[in-house]
Amino acid sequence: MDRRDLLKYMALSPLAAGGLLTGADAQAGELEALPPPATDFLNGRSPEEQDRDAALAQQKFFSEAELKTIGQLAELIIPADDKSGGATEAGVPAFIEFMAKDQPNLQTPLRGGLRWLDNQASKQFGKLFVDCADAQKTALLDQIAYPELAKPEMKPGVSFFNLMRGLTATGYFTTEIGFKYLDYRGNKPNVWDGVPQEVLDKYGLKYDPIYSKK
Amino acid sequence: MNDFQIKRAAKVYDVCIVGSGAGGGMAAYTLANAGAKVALIEAGPYYDPKDPKYITQLKAPWESPRRGASTTRPFGDFDAAWGGWQIDGEPYTTKDGTKFDWFRSRMLGGRTNHWGRISLRFGPDDFRRRSLDGLGEDWPIGYDDVKPFYDRLDRLVGIFGSIEGIRNEPDGIFLPPPKPRLHELLIKKGATGLGIPVIPSRLSILTKAINKERGACFYCNQCSRGCFAYADFSSSSVLCKPAIATGNVDLYSNAMAREVLTGPDGLATGVSYVDKITLKEEIVQAKIVILAASAGESARLLLNSKSTRHPNGLANGSGVVGKYLHDSTGASRSAFVPTLMNRTRYNEDGVGGMHIYSPWWLENKKLDFPRGYHIEYWGGMGMPAYGFGWGIEGLNGKISGMDGKPKPAGGYGKSLKEDYHRFYGAYVGMAGRGEAIPREDNYCEIDPTTVDKYGIPVLRFHYKWSDYEIKQAKHMQDTFEQIISSMGGIALGEKPGPERNYGLEIPGRIIHEVGTVRMGNNPDKTALNSFQQAHEAKNVFCVDAGPFVSQADKNTTWTIMALSMRTSEYIIDQKKKGNL
Repeated sequence: MDRRDLLKYMALSPLAAGGLLTGADAQAGELEALPPPATDFLNGRSPEEQDRDAALAQQKFFSEAELKTIGQLAELIIPADDKSGGATEAGVPAFIEFMAKDQPNLQTPLRGGLRWLDNQASKQFGKLFVDCADAQKTALLDQIAYPELAKPEMKPGVSFFNLMRGLTATGYFTTEIGFKYLDYRGNKPNVWDGVPQEVLDKYGLKYDPIYSKK
Repeated sequence: MNDFQIKRAAKVYDVCIVGSGAGGGMAAYTLANAGAKVALIEAGPYYDPKDPKYITQLKAPWESPRRGASTTRPFGDFDAAWGGWQIDGEPYTTKDGTKFDWFRSRMLGGRTNHWGRISLRFGPDDFRRRSLDGLGEDWPIGYDDVKPFYDRLDRLVGIFGSIEGIRNEPDGIFLPPPKPRLHELLIKKGATGLGIPVIPSRLSILTKAINKERGACFYCNQCSRGCFAYADFSSSSVLCKPAIATGNVDLYSNAMAREVLTGPDGLATGVSYVDKITLKEEIVQAKIVILAASAGESARLLLNSKSTRHPNGLANGSGVVGKYLHDSTGASRSAFVPTLMNRTRYNEDGVGGMHIYSPWWLENKKLDFPRGYHIEYWGGMGMPAYGFGWGIEGLNGKISGMDGKPKPAGGYGKSLKEDYHRFYGAYVGMAGRGEAIPREDNYCEIDPTTVDKYGIPVLRFHYKWSDYEIKQAKHMQDTFEQIISSMGGIALGEKPGPERNYGLEIPGRIIHEVGTVRMGNNPDKTALNSFQQAHEAKNVFCVDAGPFVSQADKNTTWTIMALSMRTSEYIIDQKKKGNL
């Protein structure tokens, strides 16, 4: 689907009415806000992929209120500590917003999950989730963060929280902050000469002699 | 009317090759180096893994807004495949409840740009399965016919491995294999204790430089992204580019072949194709036509090339074109290995694939299924990508907390963050890749009512796994469970049972389709002779996996290339003798 079709499709879809918002005041089909269509590969992306990413970048899905809740949830899932940043510093909320645009099948589970959560917060504490005290937030999350312990009526929340946990983890660990926390050492040209000796010793392992040949 | 005129290019080539993957690339390379004038028709665009505009290798996940998710590219944002299971305007259909998934890569070099580089020779048994177990058919050639070409291929392309002396897993001419990673050493220890062999893998990756044109591997574990050092085998970099450099190859890229044209004598005269850029119909004239468009596409071309001399399609007097289609069997399981928790960190990327594997090790006399499978392994401290950490709630309730006390699955906050850290590099997985029995009623045919966007009739698939393949998958799951247990591992998820065919993948999913243009000595039962030459049109050849009589429990690529080299030299020889 080319970029013009993509914009027309998004404007006409049910999401356009209450959900997907095109770039500031842009009308359906209005292309001024977008860069010109790509004509060649660039940075490993085909012209179609570049155009699609440019169109997605112009859109907004979550409201400011939803993003605030997402941000608080993400930071509760993977918090900052004295050694490393948390989900907020790693840009997880913006990543989740992008994925909802990129993979529309995430939209209803996320949007609906956020409303479910606020509905629970409202019933239990008389407030939206973001306005609850810390102890109230953890009390509510404790009801949905442990799939094997959750009450049956909390299961929709369990599904939602599993999704948030997965997106937060993926969004965190695929950043520089995440790499540093994990201490991933790869993705660079190197010479592989096997597992370090001290690790082999720890496991009582050694290499077959064929690997000593040059 | 004028813009639908079919243009006939003036030049008459010695050879027209359709498809630039493993078979087509090897034919172009061999023939161009022998001085033949070659037209190479490729459905996709030009691609060079070295050109910065295409490069995704060594990009960090945050260089993609979706961190490598597979929203648009089926194997992830950085994967080299341009195409996929569904291509806009190029449908295929199925009938009678068939599930078949068909992967196409439309680019110079085709699927060899992103494949697993697993390069296994067929063994002597693999050419004579009917003689051994009464199922399927024997090939019209044997290992001894192909061995000289496997040897030359090993030297030409480069492959690492080890001399093992296993009869039906013939040794090659190998570069040094890379040392196993930590999880691979543990797999070897556990599996060997069960009597399952674990030996160095055999991948077409250069652990040592073999010529000036290509570099040596620098162990980034990203072969599937294409390699700008040309350190892995891709037909684009290793065969097509050098073939074009001889000056004897005209590359027609973005060219969708429609049909093979034949003259009144039934011999091929050339190939008609659609130029995807101008959308004009064109013809390339050639004295010899070689189809290498993949098993499915080559069958499709032959079936769509009807004439009065070939009413059932070209080379299809026997009626077998499209039949005996089969894919590898595949089933997998993953696990968590507690002894690998809290790993010492170091760069463990390695080559773009497993450093070890298990070749088939059992006697079928004692089993309830024929043939066999090899096992591929994965795991280790790989680069995080989209999906990292997802589903940890399925595991972390089974592992005590940092304080040694049990804790419930799931959670959030400090202890969850610590779980991701201490679990990193402790996952392993394994998958079987096995041999299916070719059957006449597993086939692809032309859909009588559906055309693609170019007006070319499309393929319709009819395919069902038999009990043989399902039982093989059951055996794989039982084996995986044992291996995991031998490592003290915790198998993840539910063990696939009969309701899921033991996790047997949908046919087509392993992307090893073969068999649709069967070779053999009997023209009543096969399309091609033992040199992959059409019985009914001596200037028509097929050098992808279409001609394969059976698949073996190996991957197809090495055999495709050995046979393509052999067929190309046969063509040169026949030309010299005046027979072509």
